[in-house]
Amino acid sequence: MSALDAQLPTTFDPFAEANADDSGAGSKEYVHIRIQQRNGRKSLTTVQGLKKEFSYNKILKDLKKEFCCNGTVVQDPELGQVIQLQGDQRKNVSAFLVQAGIVKKEHIKIHGF
Amino acid sequence: MAEENTSQMKEEVPELAPFDPTKKKKKKKNVVIQDPADEVDKLAEKTENLTVAESGEPSFAGMKKKKKKPVETDFLNDENGETGEDVVDEQVGEDEEGEGIMLGGTTRYPWEGTDRDYKYEELLGRVFNILRENNPDLAGDRRRTVMRPPQVLREGTKKTVFVNFMDLCKTMHRQPEHVMTFLLAEMGTSGSLDGQQRLVVKGRFAPKNFEGILRRYVNEYVICNGCKSPDTILSKENRLFFLRCEQCGSARSVAPIKAGFVARVGRRKAGT
Repeated sequence: MSALDAQLPTTFDPFAEANADDSGAGSKEYVHIRIQQRNGRKSLTTVQGLKKEFSYNKILKDLKKEFCCNGTVVQDPELGQVIQLQGDQRKNVSAFLVQAGIVKKEHIKIHGF
Repeated sequence: MAEENTSQMKEEVPELAPFDPTKKKKKKKNVVIQDPADEVDKLAEKTENLTVAESGEPSFAGMKKKKKKPVETDFLNDENGETGEDVVDEQVGEDEEGEGIMLGGTTRYPWEGTDRDYKYEELLGRVFNILRENNPDLAGDRRRTVMRPPQVLREGTKKTVFVNFMDLCKTMHRQPEHVMTFLLAEMGTSGSLDGQQRLVVKGRFAPKNFEGILRRYVNEYVICNGCKSPDTILSKENRLFFLRCEQCGSARSVAPIKAGFVARVGRRKAGT
């Protein structure tokens, strides 16, 4: 038994790579861009799931400046911080995030019609 | 619109329908409340290619034609009959010297009469032709599942009624609850089924919007990744959703529907 044990390569973990991959590109990594209708022709765009390391306020500031709209960072009890912008900025936001190198394009999910 | 439809299915993120109720508002009133019959007819025309099966990969021959051929060759192909069409296509498309080509009747294969080597594409075309003649099921010509376009009415000014919701659920073989949660999560609103099993959604939405979301639903929760067939079953096994294909037997897990962040819209109570 002990001989068998000695044979087994202990340092090599065959699943290490897979696990690392999972944590890197899991489904949680998606940045969700949603739209929500308000009254009349108004709408809201929400950006959820940006990495925690980023300074939301700085991103927000640039977004606001870029799209000429107002917005806030909302603190949600479950989802953490969410950026909220006025108007339908879905395309703009995704283009901006990709171009600024904050998120990769395949990690952005745009919701809503 | 029409060409958009065909291509849209493939993309993960389809072209966004611009959210622009403005247009609707400025047009005359009778446009806002669409005459349902008329609208549906139009939609039916337009969305004949809201197909499920076709989505991922067009049939073999079609794809090749699009990629390789210059436009003029298509005319030639139309003239001659079904047999050997693809082979002839190949010839016209690829062999620039092409003197041995008799369209249609006499020579069936481009290499007949010459002593050159067969080209891979030609042989491939030949195989598929034979396959198509003898065994159409295997040749990759799929029957297309056509979904009816969504019929949408406005109820009052703030609610939208999705009339043939149940029909669509049945054609997709999905639980209405599941489809409903997906639709509502994507649109970021609330809604419910009414007495006649129609879906009533809060907010104004055009039929096109529903269509886009349904497309995404079909891509994500109906179509089999392996064989692109819509003949699948969604089952829940210890809290995880699995999609099992009836055609090829493959299974994959699908993400549960999450509503995500929904901002507070509308009036707040004085207390908060």
